[in-house]
Amino acid sequence: MTAARAALLIDFGSTYTKLRAVDLDARRLLGSGQGPSTVTTDIMQGLHAALADLDARLGGLPKFAYRLASSSAAGGLRMVTVGLVRELTAEAARRAALGAGAKLVGTFAYRLTNADVRHIAELRPDIVLLAGGTDGGNSAVVIDNARALGASTIACPVVYAGNRAAADEACSLLAGKHVIVTDNVMPEFNALDIEPARAAIRRVFIDRIVHAKGIDRAQSEVDAVLMPTPVAVMEGARLLADGYGAMRGLGELLVVDPGGATTDVHTVATGAPRDGVVPQGLPEPRVKRTVEGDLGMRHNAATIAEVAGIERLAAHASLAKERVLAILDGIALDVERLPQSADEIAVDHALACHAVDIAVTRHCGTVETAFTPTGPVTVQHGKDLSGLATVIGTGGAIAAARDPASILRATLADPSRPFALKPRAPRLLLDRDYLLYACGLLATAEPQAALELALTHLEPLAEEHAHERAQSA
Amino acid sequence: MSGNATAAMAAALPATRTIVTGVVGSDTHIVGNRILSMALEKAGYKVVALGALTPAADFIKAAVETAADAIMVSSLYGQGELDCRGFRDLCIEAGLEDILLYVGGNLVVGKQDWSSVEQRFLDMGFDRAAPPGTRIETVLEWLAEDFSSRSRQSRP
Repeated sequence: MTAARAALLIDFGSTYTKLRAVDLDARRLLGSGQGPSTVTTDIMQGLHAALADLDARLGGLPKFAYRLASSSAAGGLRMVTVGLVRELTAEAARRAALGAGAKLVGTFAYRLTNADVRHIAELRPDIVLLAGGTDGGNSAVVIDNARALGASTIACPVVYAGNRAAADEACSLLAGKHVIVTDNVMPEFNALDIEPARAAIRRVFIDRIVHAKGIDRAQSEVDAVLMPTPVAVMEGARLLADGYGAMRGLGELLVVDPGGATTDVHTVATGAPRDGVVPQGLPEPRVKRTVEGDLGMRHNAATIAEVAGIERLAAHASLAKERVLAILDGIALDVERLPQSADEIAVDHALACHAVDIAVTRHCGTVETAFTPTGPVTVQHGKDLSGLATVIGTGGAIAAARDPASILRATLADPSRPFALKPRAPRLLLDRDYLLYACGLLATAEPQAALELALTHLEPLAEEHAHERAQSA
Repeated sequence: MSGNATAAMAAALPATRTIVTGVVGSDTHIVGNRILSMALEKAGYKVVALGALTPAADFIKAAVETAADAIMVSSLYGQGELDCRGFRDLCIEAGLEDILLYVGGNLVVGKQDWSSVEQRFLDMGFDRAAPPGTRIETVLEWLAEDFSSRSRQSRP
């Protein structure tokens, strides 16, 4: 190998240990390697297997200037959030945790009951995020909840992001636990400030969770485990949207990732309402991640069918309903199995289209018309993404599909559902080499190289669609 | 503002009081409510302004989260009586038994005797009801009076 400078980007996943080796100067992917996920036994086994795979493909490993890792192994970053009003601080806490790359295992609102506290202990979270009350607002509930958590057997770190005025008392009630105090997720009524909580969660992840999960045993081969993998994807998306230095990014974009257990959607977009449209509900974070826990290509294929409707799924796959049900049963019995027959491939394609459609529809905002005595008024909840310029598909289900463009078209606005604010005419890009996470990691060290790498490797799809866009413009 | 009201208000503001304002229901008439909110802020209150088209439940959610001392509901389009039904009950349900509740505007359709309209809203659990044309100063005086009588009762 003669590559001048190379970087190794590692994803300790829940099923695989994935590697991407990139040439920092030529801004290109050198190669990929893959091994099993062995975090529960010895993380080094999987990493060594992946490195051997990469070595074989490259014909020798270069010397790496950086070896950076993200992790979603050992159950991901399991978090529980606690807030006051469900639609307000409880929702703000939920968004902060999702934005920090968490796997949300429980969300609680109002006063925690004894049963709630027992339930949280059983969920065995890695971090509890405790919010409640605007600054100077309600302090009674967040203090009571701190007292309940403080008296419990829950041993994980607690990130406090509630009413500042109650922080001191909450901390003393949580004495004995590891407590990190950060800014309130909702300092003023209906104002979101989730970045400080996200940063605090990431800090706890690096300082404690990586060790607690045994990921730091890889430190002889890895410089740093920087973030949960969903954050790496999100940071990749943010870099691509915003650009770096003089180099412009792609502008506002959406990333969809239909995975085995969940479907993730990220947007980097303000989603502001058009003129004359009245926004309602919490303001939206510009960088937003949603996770659909009921839409997974393998572990939750049956629920995709349930939500989409088995008839629609069968019609989409051009198969009889009974045949589709039989294939879904087969997936449930062996979630590792990849589609082989033409029928299985057709079902997988239909599953991916519906998972993407439903997940993006839930992520996007909606409009409705409110009829008032002074005439109709359009009210918007969530983000208006109709004008979005770019949609990116990532993850195996899209990258390995025969027709990735048709799956990504499920992100588009549907004229029969005019109240969902999905993108109308974006360009569709494919992250075929699963590089977004790698670019997100690399962005911490060399953002310029990471951005150029992402821009050169994303593959434009669906030319006929671009043609339509030109016509409608 | 009269000197009297200012003095009374200063007495009633040991810590900053928080007031939630908004226009209830499908009502878009925001101007009066905005003027009221600005005046309250100028008078030293912390105002959480929810704006137009606010469902009754949203007033309560905001008041819980901000630990508000009062809620002021505006209604200008004649449907106030329907929109405000059960408002106090919602507050009690949310643990805000003692919150001060004001309502004001064109509360009912047609020309009805104000005292009967006022009584209807007081019966619903509002502490004050303001007819059209109520001056800001009057509202500030009410607030000062009600807050100081409440602190005499509950805050020794």
